[in-house]
Amino acid sequence: MSDTTSLTLNGLLKQVNAPSNTPLLYVLRNDLDHKGTRFGCGSGNCGACTAIVDGHAVQTCDVPLWSAENKEIITAEGLSQDPIGKLLQDEFIAEQAAQCGYCINGILMSVTALLKKTSQPSHEELYETLNRHLCRCGTHVRIIRAVNNAITKLSTGVLV
Amino acid sequence: MTIQITDSIEITSLPPFVASQPKLSQWMAITLPGKITIYSGKVELGQGISIALSQIVCEELGIRLDQLDWVAGNTYVSPNEWYTAGSLSVENGGAALRCSCTYARWLFLQQASKVLNVDFESITISDGIFTSPSTSEKIDYWVLAKQVNLENPIQIIHEAFQIRNKVIASGLVGQSSQRPDLLAKLSGAAFIQDMVLPEMRHARMLRASHPQSTIVNIDVQGIEQISGVERLVRSGNFLAIVGKNEALLVKAVEKAHELITWQVPTKVIAQQPIDSLLKSMPAVTEVSYEAGHAEVAQQSLRASYTRPFLAHASIGPACALAQLTDGHLTVWSHTQGSHLLRDQIAQALRVETTKVDVIHAHGAGCYGHNSADDVAFDAAMISHVTGFAIRLQWSREEELTASPFGAPSITEIQAGLDASGDLVQWNMAIWSPTHIARPGWGTGINLLGAWAIEPAHPEAATKDNPMPQGGGLRNSVALYEFPHQQITHHFLPSVPLRTSALRSLGAYANIFAIESFLDEIAEKIGADPVEYRLRYLKNERARDVLIEVANMAKWSERSKLPEGSGLGIAFAQYKNHGAYCAVAVQIRVEEKIHIEKVWSAVDAGLVINPDGLLNQTEGGIIQALSWTLKEEVSWNSEEIVSHNWDSYPILMFDEVPELEVKLLSRPDQPSLGGGESAAGPTVAAVANALSQALGIRARDLPFTPEKLAQLIG
Repeated sequence: MSDTTSLTLNGLLKQVNAPSNTPLLYVLRNDLDHKGTRFGCGSGNCGACTAIVDGHAVQTCDVPLWSAENKEIITAEGLSQDPIGKLLQDEFIAEQAAQCGYCINGILMSVTALLKKTSQPSHEELYETLNRHLCRCGTHVRIIRAVNNAITKLSTGVLV
Repeated sequence: MTIQITDSIEITSLPPFVASQPKLSQWMAITLPGKITIYSGKVELGQGISIALSQIVCEELGIRLDQLDWVAGNTYVSPNEWYTAGSLSVENGGAALRCSCTYARWLFLQQASKVLNVDFESITISDGIFTSPSTSEKIDYWVLAKQVNLENPIQIIHEAFQIRNKVIASGLVGQSSQRPDLLAKLSGAAFIQDMVLPEMRHARMLRASHPQSTIVNIDVQGIEQISGVERLVRSGNFLAIVGKNEALLVKAVEKAHELITWQVPTKVIAQQPIDSLLKSMPAVTEVSYEAGHAEVAQQSLRASYTRPFLAHASIGPACALAQLTDGHLTVWSHTQGSHLLRDQIAQALRVETTKVDVIHAHGAGCYGHNSADDVAFDAAMISHVTGFAIRLQWSREEELTASPFGAPSITEIQAGLDASGDLVQWNMAIWSPTHIARPGWGTGINLLGAWAIEPAHPEAATKDNPMPQGGGLRNSVALYEFPHQQITHHFLPSVPLRTSALRSLGAYANIFAIESFLDEIAEKIGADPVEYRLRYLKNERARDVLIEVANMAKWSERSKLPEGSGLGIAFAQYKNHGAYCAVAVQIRVEEKIHIEKVWSAVDAGLVINPDGLLNQTEGGIIQALSWTLKEEVSWNSEEIVSHNWDSYPILMFDEVPELEVKLLSRPDQPSLGGGESAAGPTVAAVANALSQALGIRARDLPFTPEKLAQLIG
């Protein structure tokens, strides 16, 4: 019943020996020991488990391992290797845009995926992305400020 | 500019937990090279307390933040400081550490003076190094540690406080410092949910849609044969499955439920409006407060305000780990009270307290007595029975249905006015169940799983938090100097759902009532709501935050707002002895209430970490907006219906307003607990803004579009 699935995780090729219908979240956390992707609801409603799969923000609790076969996955552990991910992470720290911090990695992943597609998203695009995430501590205002700081820096060509 | 804080921090008597744990070694150790280890009972819950307390410690000792090794809520070594709750960690936990560190500094200073052969008043401590202009020699904590006895009982030495500002540099306290834990949390494993023990098994509870249901039928063999299930643990109605592979185990939960028949507990009465529900419950009634004399009134006003059951609804479901080693159980938990949890787990498992220890680990956001303690017992029980090292995380559904809920309440106020519109009577009545049922509170065992095991522990009798902290009565006494106030509490020993502490306890509902009603009176007599409040508000600090927020929000121009918009204002001093907080909310109403902007002015005395308090206040406002606009636990006679994010929605990113929070600087005043001060003023300010916007008065929470439609008629 176990199959071998190949995928790239934060730039490294990995072979996973797990049932191909296993939710990707558990593969990342347990088989591949990448705990920065977190369980929140198990039904794709809160965004805590979001990772980047081939450039798309994906709620990993809600997709099977087979859907990630031969794809490139970025998680919180690989964020600092990505220039936009690193910029966002730095801005979140600078703004202290977290209280408990449990939801933040999912948000960082989604916004990184968005800004990699378009560094100057419209208000609608940004809020469509953020609205896929829940934050209970009420850190929203800081999160939005940190994201906007990153967008401003990108517009001034800080990463060019 | 250096802040002179000597007067606001001098301690004149031993804080209670220092008195009960008097040795310096119970609060600190100097064993690691270049580090001073501090033991605290106050734990990080996402509120940023560890950095604030670290700032206090480092300033008092004259060390850098990176020279501090912080150990909190670990029953093997940390002091028992009861719960981390009630916005008391800076006030109480900070005072305990300041007291301990001031004494430690004094002892080390005396020893340094001997070794360096200089007058101790000439010494300054920086980066942990003791120097004096009278000598070129220097010495540090780590060398001196071999000569200073930390087994000394802590004493209060007036001179130690008096010479403080000569010995150490001020500045760390009062400065915004970044939290040391965030980078790890934003980069990988950092939470209790991420911990792994050797040979660890995962566990999942099998619970019905009402958490206190009992088992009627169960196919034990059928469950044991499900793929991924290594063991089934059953004791009475306590039921869990254990396995190596978490993903398989989660999948097995669904299949296992098909093999169990549950029965809902008889105490469940189906949901009905809070007013009729709570008034139908048996009550213990007493007059809880009376001051002044009621005079004859020309007119009388009366209104009743309700709040529903609320869920904690943390984004990360509760988690715990437990490991049995040679008959000794170690439990990792994101509890608010490690020592009390340790005692309760031992009692519940019927083992000696010395056989259990609890180590605090960071969890997802904690807003009161949530599921952290319950899941810790569950993991402990499973490890105790199976001998396995266990990691157990609750499901989203358990998190929203099996955790204790924030308590519902009714607050009714009747006011009598004389001919000039002055208040001559103020009668308040509150109906509420307990706002606190933590493990270790009251008598008996307060752990969900302990009520299910065989033989079961009885559910503890409920007992509310007494004043001046107050549970249902928190902030029931209006800070306004009315000539008369009387408060009656109808305490409800039992209600259909389990309740315990949720951020601000009864303050949210009572401030909602008081601050809404004051606006209603002002409106009735044609007075300006801010001016009407100032008539009765004599406390200068209270007046200052109210006037400040009115200026911030341009209160005087509120009549210029477009139709359908409103500006509301409200004030409270948290618990009447914590931080002063005023909030103004501007809304626009269409099919629902859009919160456009929120302003807040806060006076929390000496603020240790301003950015930390800002973050807590912002979060408190946004969470209160979520409660106010959207949240209500719903249930029927079979189950708790609000069991996922569709049925228990919380505030979304596109519903969050602009925020502007201002901290009034009072470094000369003692620190006041501030993390929970904004919730009550926020809800009342929304209700008051709604009154201006639409001329309707919302008194039953939450203010959903359906409720608005009913009010508009």
